[in-house]
Amino acid sequence: MAEIVSLADAVSELVHDGDSVALEGFTHLIPHAAGHELIRQRRRELALIRMTPDVIYDQLIGAGCARRLTFSWGGNPGVGSLHRFRDALENGWPRPLELVEHSHAGMAAAYAAGAANLPFGLLRGYAGTDLVGRTEVATVRCPFTGEELAAVPAHRPDVGIVHAQQADRRGNVQLWGIAGVQKETVLASARSIVTVEEIVEELEPRPGAVVLPSWVVGAVCLAPGGAHPSYAHGYYERDNEFYRRWDEISRDRDRFTAWLDENVFATVGAA
Amino acid sequence: MSVLTYTQEEMMAVEAARRLRDGTVCFVGIGLPSLAANLARATHAPGCVLIYESGTIGAKPTSPPLSIGDGELAETADAVVSVPEMFAYWLQGGRIDVGFLGAAQIDRHGNLNSTVIGAYDRPQVRLPGAGGAPEVARHAREVFVMLRQSTRTFVERLDFLTSAGDRVKVVVTDLGILEPRDGELTLTHVHAGVDVEQVREATGWELRAGDELTTTEPPTDAELDALRRLKG
Repeated sequence: MAEIVSLADAVSELVHDGDSVALEGFTHLIPHAAGHELIRQRRRELALIRMTPDVIYDQLIGAGCARRLTFSWGGNPGVGSLHRFRDALENGWPRPLELVEHSHAGMAAAYAAGAANLPFGLLRGYAGTDLVGRTEVATVRCPFTGEELAAVPAHRPDVGIVHAQQADRRGNVQLWGIAGVQKETVLASARSIVTVEEIVEELEPRPGAVVLPSWVVGAVCLAPGGAHPSYAHGYYERDNEFYRRWDEISRDRDRFTAWLDENVFATVGAA
Repeated sequence: MSVLTYTQEEMMAVEAARRLRDGTVCFVGIGLPSLAANLARATHAPGCVLIYESGTIGAKPTSPPLSIGDGELAETADAVVSVPEMFAYWLQGGRIDVGFLGAAQIDRHGNLNSTVIGAYDRPQVRLPGAGGAPEVARHAREVFVMLRQSTRTFVERLDFLTSAGDRVKVVVTDLGILEPRDGELTLTHVHAGVDVEQVREATGWELRAGDELTTTEPPTDAELDALRRLKG
């Protein structure tokens, strides 16, 4: 059963230095508050996983939390580069970052395989690209047709972290709108944290929603606004202006560090 | 020299839109591809289906989204599916007619680099990476590439091959249109006011001009009106 605890307690208890940690949310419901708590508690040596490392991973990388990044697209959507990510790769600041690089289809297959307790995900992909020499991918042969297919090792994160709109008092979680790869992330992970906009008495069934029963979730934490500057469908809109501003804030190391001090270290996380 | 009443970007969006038929199922990204596909929907191809990789199928945005996950895409979609489903059932499943791609580099075979400029381990410029591109390039029936043309982008040799060019049907640039002829991207159209030499100078390989080389039809007033309404 999920425990309903503070985000600070959940991170302190469930995320350890050196863990592999996946924070997911595909353009929507990105768990920013949880990412800030990882930074605030100065987690180190994390093997971070995320399909689309964007602003929150730029912050985690710039804060020195990560030793490795497994990903498929790293950018500031609609704006441009991630400057902290690039600084880590191009100049090793604040520390070098090891990359394991996939395509979206490969990442999605790896999460789905993890959720299904399979050792690898299967897809038609990678062949004929330079990704083959740069990532964890192998070729397997179909036992029925002989066709060669790509195999990617399953994602089995130590901790999966997602943000949802609602949980009830027993810790059942519901999220809706663009659902990304969050269900697979929670089910593939050994431990999980779900931050939510709201804790309600009863979850109201919604068409197309993803429901995570309390007994597959480790901790549920109330974090209203916890997806900002991304959005929470039905709660608030994407703060496009912040994504544009991040481009300036993150270009310069000092300005970034000052931003982090003011907006993460000097603030207390959600209760 | 006559003054054009439209921008190069508008020319690109209009030309890509013209190549979409009513009912074409398009896998689109943000920026020009999204604009082109929405223009097609607003003009000659109202039944054009827009799929964004965030999982929105049949999205009908009224203004260009900044992110592929903008709320309006989900609100107007016929269906919203998970990311694993999007890539497995819809893209790999062979449901996409046209996939739009951009890149930092393209070679004469239509191969694309969106990973890195310079050496992989010592990047001069680290780019965002593959995203959905390698499988779009492999599974969409046809691939449309939209790029500004320069020798930095149109290169003899890619620094990294992210997505294979086998299915590239057309490359729409700010100067003209390239299409594969005998396995090599060949100039088939120049936009109004552009001459062939100018396109060659903006290309990092010896660009061939097709026998049928013509000038692109400039945007009509109706196309420009529709496009500008979309941009708001």
